[in-house]
Amino acid sequence: MGCLTKADMADRLCNELNLNKRESKRMVEEFFDRISQSLINNEQVKMSGFGNFDLRDKSQRPGRNPKTGEEVLVSARRVVTFRPGQKLKERVDKKQSRH
Amino acid sequence: MKKSELIDELIERFDHMSVRDVETAVKIMLEHMTESLAMDNRIEIRGFGSFCLHYRAPRTGRNPKTGESVSLGTKYVPHFKPGRELRNSVNNALLSDLL
Repeated sequence: MGCLTKADMADRLCNELNLNKRESKRMVEEFFDRISQSLINNEQVKMSGFGNFDLRDKSQRPGRNPKTGEEVLVSARRVVTFRPGQKLKERVDKKQSRH
Repeated sequence: MKKSELIDELIERFDHMSVRDVETAVKIMLEHMTESLAMDNRIEIRGFGSFCLHYRAPRTGRNPKTGESVSLGTKYVPHFKPGRELRNSVNNALLSDLL
């Protein structure tokens, strides 16, 4: 089985809800767009059960070009991190019994 | 932004849908993603990012209260890698804050 994509998610919405194909696709797009927009506005996103998308501001630091070994300054940046929620962690962890 | 606030934003954008159907849609999407990761099937959302499982080797931990050692088995934890578009937009937001 391939990885889960927006198309797969839209298909399921179409099958399980009274929503046509076009609107199902738009729903999936908007779902991720709203989350992205909140993060762009520097606002954390909390999806209870699933997890939190947090933002971290990092100050500039010295780094190296791994290819040349040359010293370069890594600029200040803002990054998105994901902290899985309890429910997601538990569901994923059950998988180890199958290994 | 909490899940309920995301649902509110979606309700505004899908005014022909009932509140209940929008809530169900969000529930279905989060469940679909959880289910996928629980089967060790990665998620790839173009522009937003990808989710996969990271392996944690077995280790000996300690009960922080009693100091007793406990052996912890192999574990899988969900991991999110932001896509290029999200990474750049979030970082550009920081850069424009700095100006």
